[in-house]
Order: sequence, then C-alpha cells, then structure tokens
Amino acid sequence: MAKRIDVSGLNAYYGSFRAIEDISMTVEPRSVTAFIGPSGCGKSTFLRTLNRMHEVTPGGRVEGKVMLDDENLYGAGVDPVSVRREVGMVFQRPNPFPTMSVYDNVAAGLRLNGSYKKAALDDIVEKSLKGANLWNEVKDRLNKPGSGLSGGQQQRLCIARAIAVEPNVLLMDEPCSALDPISTLAIEDLIGELKERFTIVIVTHNMQQAARVSDRTAFFNLAAVGQPGKLIEIDDTERIFSNPSVQATEDYISGRFG
Amino acid sequence: MSTTAINDKRPSSLQGERLPKWFPWALGAGSVAVSVGLCLATGIDSRIQWGLIAAILFVLGTFVIAGRVEGRRQAKDRIATSLVWVAFLLAVVPLASLIWATVERGTKVLDGYFLSHSMGVVADTEPGGGIYAAIIGTLEQVGIATLIAVPIGVLTAIYLVEYGRGNLARAVTFFVDVMTGIPSIVAGLFILSLLLMFDLGFSGFAGALALTILMMPVVVRSTEEMLKLVPNELREASFALGVPKWRTILKVVLPTAIGGITTGIMLAVARIAGETAPVLLLVFGNPFINNNPFEGAQSSLPLYIYQQFKNSAGEGAAYDRAWAAALTLIAFVMILNLAARGIARWKAPKTGR
Ligand SMILES: Nc1ncnc2c1ncn2[C@@H]1O[C@H](COP(=O)(O)OP(=O)(O)O)[C@@H](O)[C@H]1O
Ligand SMILES: [Mg+2]
Repeated sequence: MAKRIDVSGLNAYYGSFRAIEDISMTVEPRSVTAFIGPSGCGKSTFLRTLNRMHEVTPGGRVEGKVMLDDENLYGAGVDPVSVRREVGMVFQRPNPFPTMSVYDNVAAGLRLNGSYKKAALDDIVEKSLKGANLWNEVKDRLNKPGSGLSGGQQQRLCIARAIAVEPNVLLMDEPCSALDPISTLAIEDLIGELKERFTIVIVTHNMQQAARVSDRTAFFNLAAVGQPGKLIEIDDTERIFSNPSVQATEDYISGRFG
Repeated sequence: MSTTAINDKRPSSLQGERLPKWFPWALGAGSVAVSVGLCLATGIDSRIQWGLIAAILFVLGTFVIAGRVEGRRQAKDRIATSLVWVAFLLAVVPLASLIWATVERGTKVLDGYFLSHSMGVVADTEPGGGIYAAIIGTLEQVGIATLIAVPIGVLTAIYLVEYGRGNLARAVTFFVDVMTGIPSIVAGLFILSLLLMFDLGFSGFAGALALTILMMPVVVRSTEEMLKLVPNELREASFALGVPKWRTILKVVLPTAIGGITTGIMLAVARIAGETAPVLLLVFGNPFINNNPFEGAQSSLPLYIYQQFKNSAGEGAAYDRAWAAALTLIAFVMILNLAARGIARWKAPKTGR
C-alpha cells in the first residue's frame, strides 16, 4: 500500500514567480515526514506538487521529477486525476462538502469515481470512520450534515474521506492549525496509527507537533521575501531537534529566527 | 490632573437621559396629525404632499427633541434611524397601494369561470369571457423560453466560472453584458425581422424566442454569482479525492449552489412573464384558444391586459377583466417567487447541528 516518494530537482512556479527551487528528497513508506519552516517558504506549494494539485492554481507550473515508487508523477501521459487517487490530501481548514451528510462525505471519493454496492460502501464508510477515530462520535448521526460537526470532528471527517479511497500517500497541510488542543491531540494520535498503512507528509508550524508525530523532519527556508523557498535539510526528527547540521535550522527551531 | 475638567460635560454614570420607547411612534402620529391639519388649513389636497410634510416633520422633530434630551450623538443616531424608516415607508406605500388597487379591482370578475374560459366572440363591451387562452399562452411561451434559456445560461455561467480564461471568456462576458441591456422591444424586433426574412407568421414560439433573449443574460449573471460563492476549498477537496473536474462541477459545485441558481432562474422567469412588447409584436394576440405554440397567433396575460384595458375606456366589463388578469399575473409571479424561496431554503447547504 504505502509507497516511497522520491523527489529530484523540483521547481514550482506561480506564473513567472518561482516559489520553490531545486528540491530533492526521499520520503520513506510507512513513516511520517514533517515539513517545517517560516511562512511563505513554499511548504504548501511543495506539498501540492506531490499530488499534482499545484497545477490547479491558475499559472501553476512544475519542473522536475516526483517518483512514486517507480512511476514519475510528472511523466508524459500521466493523468493528474489518477495521481490524486494515489496521493490523498487533507487541508488546513476542514472542508466537508456542505450538501452531504457525514456518510455521504466519507463515501464521496468512491461514489464520485464510480458506483458501489450499498453494503460494500457501508463497510468502507465504517472502516474509514473507525480509522479516523470518529466512528463512536458519529455513528448515530451518519445522515446528519457533515458541516454540523465540531471543527475537530470535521477535520477527522476529512481524514476519513481521504483514507476511504485507500491512497498510498496522505498529505496534510497544517491539519491542526484551526483546531483546539484536544482535537489536535486526537489527530496526532490518529497520525501515529495511520502511518502503519500510509506514507504521511505533514506541514506544521508547531515544533512540538513535528517532534511528537514525525520520524523525519525537513526544514525549508527562503533567503528573502520574493526569493524562492529551498530545502535546507532533511534528517531524522531527533537529530533535527537535537543536533541539526545546519545553523539556520537550529536558529529556527530555537526561536532565534528572523 | 484636570480630569474633572475633561469629565465636565459627561453625566455621572453611564446611563444618560433616554427618550421613552414610545417616542418615535408618538412623534410619528403627531407629525401626521400636524401635517393633515396644516394641509387642510392651507387647502393642499394631494395625499403625497401630506405624506412628505409628515415625513419632514418627523425627521426634524426627531432631531430637535432627541438633541435636546439625549445629546448630539444620540440625535444623529436617531435621525439616521428615522431616515431609514421614512425611506422604507416611501418604498412600501406605493407597493402596498398597487397591490391593494389590483386586489380591489381584480377580484370583481376573477372566478373559476373567468380562469377556465376565453374571450371567443365576446365583445369587449360585454361581460363574460375569460383568460384561459391567455394563461395557456403565457405558460407555453414562458415555459419554452425557460427550457431554452436555462440550459444555455447555466452552461455559459459554468464555462465562465470554471473554465473560462483569456479572450474567449472576456468576449462572452462582454456579450452577456450587452445582452442584459437589450430593451425588450428590440429583442422583439430582432425576432420579427427573422420571421419576415423566412416568411413565417405569428406564433407563441417566436415570442418565446424573444423572451429567451431577455432571459438568458439574467440567468447567466445570477448563476455566475452563485458559482463564484462556492468556496474553492470544496473544489480542491474534490480534486484531491481524484474526482475529475466535470464530476466535481456536477456533484459538488452545482449542488452547493443549486438553491441560489434556482432562485435566480425563478426571478428571471418572473421578469419575462410580464413582458408585453415582444409578445405584442410576435404573438399578436388571439381571443380563441390556441394550444399550439408553434403555429398561429396566441394570447398571453400581459398582452390580454393591454388589449382589454385599451378597449375599455376606463370602465366596464373589459376594464374589470384587465384588472382580474393583472391580479392573476401578479399571483403567478408571486407563486414563482415563493417556490424559489422554498427551493432555496430546502436546498441550501445544511449547517444545523
Ligand atoms: N496562488 C498563488 N499565487 C501566487 N503566488 C502564490 C500563491 N500561493 C502561494 N504563493 C506564493 O508562493 C510562496 C510560497 O507560498 P506557500 O507555499 O503557501 O508557503 P507556506 O505554505 O510555506 O507558508 C509565497 O511567496 C506565496 O506568496
Ligand atoms: Mg502553507
């Protein structure tokens, strides 16, 4: 299920503005990799190049290679739609479909991609909601609107929706930044469980969170506003937080940044 | 410290002097009474002038009295409030009196017989007859126009919002803008010139085509606005699940916006249901029932009203029939509006906990 991501020489542009420059890294399967760095250094942009969501933005353009095991996501003839079925995404703000019930939200990815038998769908929905640690809270209100849940529940609903289509990789862009500490903890626990099955990449502004949930940490930085963001270093999380090899990383982590 | 000097003008507590709750009502009643008295004394007998004088008295009175009792800031607040009320009344009074007049005059001959019979050979001066043919005509013409304009309009809006980039989109937007400004008589003339070119006669369908021209830009515009209101995050959420763009539009974007789109369509329908000019040119009018919109002259409600009123000399059977038809038309539009609101409420994204 989980697959390795191998990025080499990746540049991403908004129109003529280069947002990230020459990024190369490897993300191991069944691990959690955290992206940290100051705002505007291109973490979200880079994350979105990993499932070809970057090109959804008008003017968005990517150069370079992203290998998912042995397939190049940017190879000729690759369909971005099928890439996104392999690489799921959870956004910063919970965004359940407002016209759909809890059940329909989780089933959305499958239903919108083809037809499923009711019984099979029921199973998948239950499994995904259990996988997102949400089942017990919503099992009595599956037919209520998804937007009626609390913020933390909505975000877990979005995670359930993403894992229902059984992707190989799960990308999360600051999934907890709109949530209270309790919900954040619930999601962090969940990430620990999900990494048994998925390759997980998470952007976070919270150092403790990166230290708590991730196996590897990548630090991004940018020279100045208007300059492209770069990968400064990627290493085991423990090393990054105890003894990083680049001074800038240490400055950022210890709060001496800027 | 000279705090006492600064605090000089302020009351000792946060509670200032307040006018009682009934003050605006009392002042309103007082203004009306003074205005009526004043006008009767000076011999002004236009009701509009009575109302305007009362409104001015009300605004001035509010300002002076509130300024005395409550202070300048409160007085300004009250004057803004009273201006809003006066504007509201000025807007509502004509509307209410219009509905009142229509109901009063329209209910005279409005009954089952009137709705289910047509004029036929009933002369304009005679009582009897009805609007059955006109109702059929309006339903068919508006129905055909809606069937053509809605799919084209909604698809155009989808193109503009979801796909349109660059020159083509700009050109389409420009033409939609131009179409919005076409006077209805011009749309009628345009279709009429086509009829003459191809040597065709009057028909309900020709009228429907002109109505389509009037309806389409309204549908495009309102649908466009509604689609733009759908947050981009929902589209991205759907893309990230590996859903193709067209399915995303069909299953996520449109359902989210459907309430607003329906309301827009209903309002557009209501607008064209009252169009007279193009119908006059293209449908011509027909006292007999013609169920076939594709051949021969038909009738329609606005056209019926116009013809009856024109031949009535301001009283008599035709006059009553014109008002009854007008009432029917208002009811028709009102029902459409209510239906639109119902659908919008029913389909609106659910946020209830
Ligand atoms: N839609 C966009 N259009 C143009 N520039 C953008 C867009 N989104 C982001 N950028 C720019 O790209 C750079 C990286 O942004 P982002 O990836 O959002 O950073 P981060 O997620 O690390 O805060 C920033 O300079 C930002 O201004
Ligand atoms: Mg970001």
